[in-house]
Amino acid sequence: MREVAIIGIGETKFGELWERSLRDLGIEAGFKAMGDAGISGNEIDAIFLGNMSAGQLIDQEHIAPLIADYSGMAEKNIPAIRIEAASASGGLALSQGYMAVASGVHDIVVVGGAEKMTDVGDDAANEIMAKTADQEWEAVFGATLGSLYAMMARRHMNEFGTTKEQLASVAVKNHLNGSMNPHAQFRSPIKLEAVLRAPMVASPLGTFDFAPLSDGAAAVILAPLDIAHKYSDTPIKILSCGQAGDYMALHDRKSITRMDATVVAGKKAFKYAGIQPKDVNLAEVHDCTTISEIMAIEDLGFFKKGQGGKVTEDGSTALNSKISINTSGGLKAKGYPVGASGVSQAIEAVTQLRGEAGQRQVSKAEIALLHNIGGTGSSAIVHLLGRC
Amino acid sequence: MPEARFWRENQARYNMIGHKCGKCQKVYFPPRDMCPKCRRASMGKMEKIQLTGKGSVVSHTTVHEGLPEFQMQIPYTMAIIELEEGARITGQIVDCNGECVKIGSEVETVFRKLGEEGKSGIIHYGYKFKLIE
Ligand SMILES: [Zn+2]
Repeated sequence: MREVAIIGIGETKFGELWERSLRDLGIEAGFKAMGDAGISGNEIDAIFLGNMSAGQLIDQEHIAPLIADYSGMAEKNIPAIRIEAASASGGLALSQGYMAVASGVHDIVVVGGAEKMTDVGDDAANEIMAKTADQEWEAVFGATLGSLYAMMARRHMNEFGTTKEQLASVAVKNHLNGSMNPHAQFRSPIKLEAVLRAPMVASPLGTFDFAPLSDGAAAVILAPLDIAHKYSDTPIKILSCGQAGDYMALHDRKSITRMDATVVAGKKAFKYAGIQPKDVNLAEVHDCTTISEIMAIEDLGFFKKGQGGKVTEDGSTALNSKISINTSGGLKAKGYPVGASGVSQAIEAVTQLRGEAGQRQVSKAEIALLHNIGGTGSSAIVHLLGRC
Repeated sequence: MPEARFWRENQARYNMIGHKCGKCQKVYFPPRDMCPKCRRASMGKMEKIQLTGKGSVVSHTTVHEGLPEFQMQIPYTMAIIELEEGARITGQIVDCNGECVKIGSEVETVFRKLGEEGKSGIIHYGYKFKLIE
């Protein structure tokens, strides 16, 4: 296995981008990443594209060659591969691109993630998201994805005394971080009372406990570490990657207050990299809901099970505290273009590790963790990144 | 033919028929062809079992923003139920405004309309839960 580095990053704005198509977004992110890496396009061996559901969201399947084509790659006849793992599609695209370079099959690989959530309207988008859980044994009875996370939250409150204020403090922290990120969809801090007063979506979770469904795309360029300095003064090394799965339906899992896929993916990533959770300076975790972040920071081993709410409330996960969680604003404030989210997380980590995060810079940014989950946790992918 | 999606699962959904692993005796609902604990050793040893439909609430939520098909029922209560036989399932709790359910509440199944399939309007049925007084 060869060592692999990220040599270029690029992303679009996230949000309700009515005037932009998925094709436009994918191309923009790819061009920006190529520009950042200083490559012409000639060097590219393959494209891996994370996308949850273009077929349902924009009525177009087979989008990897489509985006490759309009990125000017048609006559290079390179492989373009679409990767799907629901909301973990971007993370999985990164891991597949990483393995392709590490194995020696490819040298320069573009890993993209793109999603267009707003063409179909909120109802249809929620219906599509619910299908990332078990359609026949959850959604058919009326379970939305949000309602399944709400049941995790309710049980977490019951078992560990987690409070609504603690859940809300995740949203408050991430919006504060987002206010310092020029790439974030939401740039205004929010007050705890506003989160608590928001209308219920699925009790105990209200509107502000959920990440928005956004349009957007993100891309990174990978290269073998031994030639990475040819393209970048600050290549960022991919230290390891761990992926794990679990029962598809939430009700079949051993516990609904812990995601075993996250636990196992995290352990694998730490083992392969030869480091421990305490060595990590910053982490982008999958905060599709506030309870998701609380469970993630426990399941990844940063805090003891049941303590996630308390440590968020007391500021231990704020910028430049014990561990800086979701410095980008997370999916909550940076925005949530579902299948692109995993690649977008990598962009924040690279920006931090390069020391280019400006106002929200983590002072000692040596090692970063990325955590992307699919559905209600039937897929989880964890990457560890480090400075060279 | 989208309605095939529903009738294919009808035996389990109408009658609460699960599977019991002949090797380790663990009960599954819906039926599974392979026990995730015993795997190969369970092949051909999964036996049908009639479930009582009685159980208790593991967690619950009142849904205020639901799927389009369920808009008329909002707000409605969803729960994860642990059945007496040990299997866990997801379902709606009926005749309840959300305040009456607690973690640990005892419930039993009732047979109800679940929804209608898009334009074809095919009605599909299955279990929901009600509180045991
Ligand atoms: Zn068994």
